[in-house]
Amino acid sequence: MSTATDQPTTGKAGDEHHLLEVTDLRTSFKTGRGMVRAVDGLSLSVERGKTLGLVGESGSGKSVTSRSIMGLTPRRNVERSGTVRLGGRDITDLSEAEYRELWATEMAMIFQDPMTALNPVTKVGNQIAESMRVHLDLSKSEARERTLALLEAVRIPEAHKRIDVYPHEMSGGMRQRVVIAIALACGPKLLFADEPTTALDVTVQAQVLDLLAEQQRERYMGMILVTHDLGVVASRADEIAVMYAGRIVERAPTRVLFREMKMPYTEALLAAIPKLEMAPHTRLVAIGGRPPDLVNPPEGCSFSPRCPYVQDRCRTEQPELVESPTTAGHFYACHFPVGSPENDEIRVQLRKSGVSLPGDEVAVTAAPGGAQPSVRAQLADTADEAQQQRQSTQANDSSTSTKEA
Amino acid sequence: MPETTLPLEAATTRTSPAAPAAVTLDDLPPAEKKSSLSVGAWLSIGWLATITLASVLAPLFLADPLAADPFKARSGPEGMALLGYDELGRDLFSRMVNGAKWTLLIAVGAVAIGVLVGGLLGLIAGYFRGRIDAVLSPSFNILLAFPQLVLALLLVSVFANGAQDSVGKRVFVLIIALGIIAIPLLARITRANTLAWAERDFVMAAKAMGAKPGRVLFRDVLPNVLPAMMAITLLAVGIAIVAEAGLAFLDLGVKLPTPSWGNIMAQGKKELRRVPMMVIAPTIFIFLTVMSLNYLGDVIQKRFNVRESLL
Repeated sequence: MSTATDQPTTGKAGDEHHLLEVTDLRTSFKTGRGMVRAVDGLSLSVERGKTLGLVGESGSGKSVTSRSIMGLTPRRNVERSGTVRLGGRDITDLSEAEYRELWATEMAMIFQDPMTALNPVTKVGNQIAESMRVHLDLSKSEARERTLALLEAVRIPEAHKRIDVYPHEMSGGMRQRVVIAIALACGPKLLFADEPTTALDVTVQAQVLDLLAEQQRERYMGMILVTHDLGVVASRADEIAVMYAGRIVERAPTRVLFREMKMPYTEALLAAIPKLEMAPHTRLVAIGGRPPDLVNPPEGCSFSPRCPYVQDRCRTEQPELVESPTTAGHFYACHFPVGSPENDEIRVQLRKSGVSLPGDEVAVTAAPGGAQPSVRAQLADTADEAQQQRQSTQANDSSTSTKEA
Repeated sequence: MPETTLPLEAATTRTSPAAPAAVTLDDLPPAEKKSSLSVGAWLSIGWLATITLASVLAPLFLADPLAADPFKARSGPEGMALLGYDELGRDLFSRMVNGAKWTLLIAVGAVAIGVLVGGLLGLIAGYFRGRIDAVLSPSFNILLAFPQLVLALLLVSVFANGAQDSVGKRVFVLIIALGIIAIPLLARITRANTLAWAERDFVMAAKAMGAKPGRVLFRDVLPNVLPAMMAITLLAVGIAIVAEAGLAFLDLGVKLPTPSWGNIMAQGKKELRRVPMMVIAPTIFIFLTVMSLNYLGDVIQKRFNVRESLL
């Protein structure tokens, strides 16, 4: 691919400006009840060749975030502010025609549900070829050739036959591969994957995610992987941003996040993952309460109504996203972060009054001699492993490409 | 509903690469054949095809529908004159078959206008919504609220009721008048379906891949809306046939002596006792035609739903 040749140069120039830089993005929808603040002051950045995992529960604004960045939110009844820079260029307030220049070639999106993301009355080959013919000015036969290559790249068996098949003749996993092929068709630099695997079963999920990771590496794309599944991002994201009520509440390199999460919400999310070694009929842990109303978000910290460690200060003062004093690149928004002396104090007091806390299990198993590793530790290990693997393959890639050069 | 991947599981399955399935397309069982059309559907198609073909080929095997033989007036069937003769001694069967040409031309022409204009407006209103829709939708409704026959009556009597107006002009005005009636019908159906399809992810996906609105509208939305439009179109042709007959009753249908089903029937009301066939024949022809059209419309609708559920 052509992207492989410019890989080393852009990789180094990445320090000057990020591939994607979002500052204080706000997106609100006008509704009968008032403004729904779906994204409420969100900042993030993505480098080429890196994956940012955007995690949060339903309604936390994950999908709206990616759509806002891409400029895909409807124009009516939507207010959008903040700045979005793609490769240094401000793309916040472009017209639809200007966006059209960027879509597909600069940034593309993989949609959540492969059942609805494909046009039922158009052959899949044509759906893939269409954008290439428009954006890359290819002839019919050239586009078909490339489509075949793409179908093979996304590992669709017998691509030459599948190219002339309608979506309903394919399985869900296969369709999601087609959706990925469509997104990759024009060689975007930035890829949004909006819960790309929610509609698929677990084994197919893993295959599709592997495929995505592989293509992302190969094409040296920046990727934002939106999901509600921490297991999905643990092995595949370089950095994770946890969203809550339209804001990022914690952001850190993947292994750092799992090793030393600071935000009680992240902790609660992890505690909610069921474990294989749990006794049968163990009650599933859930985060109590409901996600906040985005029309009237709570004053102070938006997680405060559900936070086990909530203090008076949390209810009045909204915490800023600040960098951890100990770990560079670890940001969190909490007055009493998990693991801090203040939090420990609250924890002790709560335990005295007989409240069981989400962190307890972690604390116990993380103690020396703990029999079983906690989910948290497992995820951190997975992240480590994946990181090493990625680094080694990347090293291989760059060494081969330099040899070629 | 969160489907939680166990981290361990995700980690282990991850390492096994996605092996391409060994099954080839040829190994798969042949795709289930589409259920063939029902007898009713074939009968409907057969009737419509026969009528259309016969009306075009009528001059080859039937008497001149305008040639009157006073000696044969009101007499019974004879040779190719299967239905006997009308009050002026014209071959009734020939008039029926030749009349089909005009009746169908008017009905199909009118609905074609409805499909083109109404369909386009409906697509636009449903896809762009907002101000465009705010203007278009109420106009459809106003047009629908108008007494339709009165509207057609008005147009025909104002524009094509002169004694010197040719048959062609009358037919043209009829097509326009009934076409105007068909517009809001088609427009509303198209708009409603467009609204639903335009919300689908693949439309958003097409947009996100940089497709311009026109492309999205005609390549992604229209093909999906088409089955619903087809079903209502067939229905509308039936309605137009009946409407033409209604206008003929008021002497505003196709101009005599040129035959149409409507004006044969209208003439027949004066001869109901002496030549009942003049009323019976058009009634049966209209009944069969409209029923065939409705039936085929239903078949399309059903097919469309089946395909919908497959996805």
